[in-house]
Amino acid sequence: MTLDRISLETFRNHAATSLEGTGRFNLLVGENGAGKTNILEALSLLAPGRGLRRAALADMAGQDGAGGFGIGASLVPADASGPAAEPVRLGTFTQAAQPGRRHVRIDGSASSAVALGEWLSVGWLTPAMDRLFADSAGARRRYMDRLAVAIDPGHAAHAARFSAALRERNRLLSAERAPEAAWLDGIEAQLARHGALLTEGRARLVAGLTEALAEAPAEPFARPALSHRAGGPLGEKDLLTALHEERAKARRAGRTLTGPHRDELDVVFAAKNVAAAQCSTGEQKAMLIAMTLAHGRLAQQGRASILLLDEVAAHLDPLRRGALFERLAEGSAQIWMTGTEMAAFEAILPQASVWRIAEGRAIPV
Amino acid sequence: MASQEIETLAAALARLPGLGPRSARRAVLYLVKRRENALPALLEALEGVRDTLVECDICGNVDTRNPCGVCSDPRRDARSICVVEDVADLWALDRARLFTGTYHVLGGKLSALDGVRPEDLSIAELLERVGGGGVDEIVLAMNATLEGQTTAHYIAERLEDLPVRVTQLAHGLPVGGELDYLDEGTLAQALRARRPLG
Repeated sequence: MTLDRISLETFRNHAATSLEGTGRFNLLVGENGAGKTNILEALSLLAPGRGLRRAALADMAGQDGAGGFGIGASLVPADASGPAAEPVRLGTFTQAAQPGRRHVRIDGSASSAVALGEWLSVGWLTPAMDRLFADSAGARRRYMDRLAVAIDPGHAAHAARFSAALRERNRLLSAERAPEAAWLDGIEAQLARHGALLTEGRARLVAGLTEALAEAPAEPFARPALSHRAGGPLGEKDLLTALHEERAKARRAGRTLTGPHRDELDVVFAAKNVAAAQCSTGEQKAMLIAMTLAHGRLAQQGRASILLLDEVAAHLDPLRRGALFERLAEGSAQIWMTGTEMAAFEAILPQASVWRIAEGRAIPV
Repeated sequence: MASQEIETLAAALARLPGLGPRSARRAVLYLVKRRENALPALLEALEGVRDTLVECDICGNVDTRNPCGVCSDPRRDARSICVVEDVADLWALDRARLFTGTYHVLGGKLSALDGVRPEDLSIAELLERVGGGGVDEIVLAMNATLEGQTTAHYIAERLEDLPVRVTQLAHGLPVGGELDYLDEGTLAQALRARRPLG
């Protein structure tokens, strides 16, 4: 299944952009600031979550519009004559009256963002993610959670409940008055239940990624070795005990010291046994690509799958660029790539649909 | 444009839950058209409530008498108390008339972030009611939210040393619900709370 008949209405700098005649490879070429990434962001909103920029919905509405935006796309089956030949129309929009509230329509009926995930799995790699290994541990936890949610939507609920409980506990711990033990007990019961499931989900994700990475060739993309380091004991019972035992210490620190909010994703360049953060920019990018491809395979689970690669090709040498295209061609995901120069895509031009993006408009090439 | 008085009424009605400005204007127009019948009846009903509204000293329910209709009903079993967060929850439970005991309204839920502490809720009053004797069972009917469950846990612990059975509403499969439509969290809860059949 592939996305086609894509439309953007008053979405960022796109007043009314439509893309038709898509293929396996879809290229958006144009100058900086033309609106290429905005199209990728629009596509990323056809999945549950906040999209590839993690931006506020109110900021996505176009400046010249009435205050809301709309994104639509048809999910077209590969076999147009099969029994399920009818395309599925996916849409998401906001309205001027409530610019922060996202609505979803599937085949014309009101639905939920979570339901979008039943149809489509969306993965992405953006330049903003280049700092992942050097960034804070919190950024890597968010990365793990986003990837885990794409596989198991229930992960999001545990993450949300855990952080709500964590905020409650930290507030009690940092209050002037000594917190009441029974209140802490109540909060810790929630922390332990959702925290244990949160850590478990991350561990499962990393195990799945490791397996998927092992199936891919080790060259030319540096193969990363991933490990999930838990910030607290595994399992609800042990986490609950640990939280109970750390109380005096946590009270002095004014915050919770053990638990999944201290989880870490360790990434090592396997061949050299060097921490990813110490690797060259190119090696880091290669590892990110390997992880993105591995996750794409892991997350597909029989759904249609699209992969959004923002400014990826230009930063690779010709050998790795060729290898990337080859691997993408082997997979079944629909690929969306952006770039400033057509030249970087020469190898796949014959099989690609291309649009030139300028000033918030898309012209087919 | 309507007069100041009509605008004021519309603005007041717009603040009611579920209404908003558009529905409020519609309601005002309805009342204006029926100023002979509907308007006086509404005024009378509002005044009646305003003049007699009291909070029940026993359970915290809102009624026109004290103790409230529930607490003073002799057919109800005072040995069993259902604890709820708000009056709205009490009304929801009592609409179905399934619970034959009495209630206790907490007046909110514990929230460190919102600054709602145990002493801000009527927990001491609940302990007093139970401590006074004659209560066999406490049913905790908090919402299945983080704060609701924290509150339930807290109350259960405070009741630990008192000679009373503490139960909690079950979480899980809704009646008429289909398994494959449920989220994983609900399914996990339902599985955890499974029980022998027959």
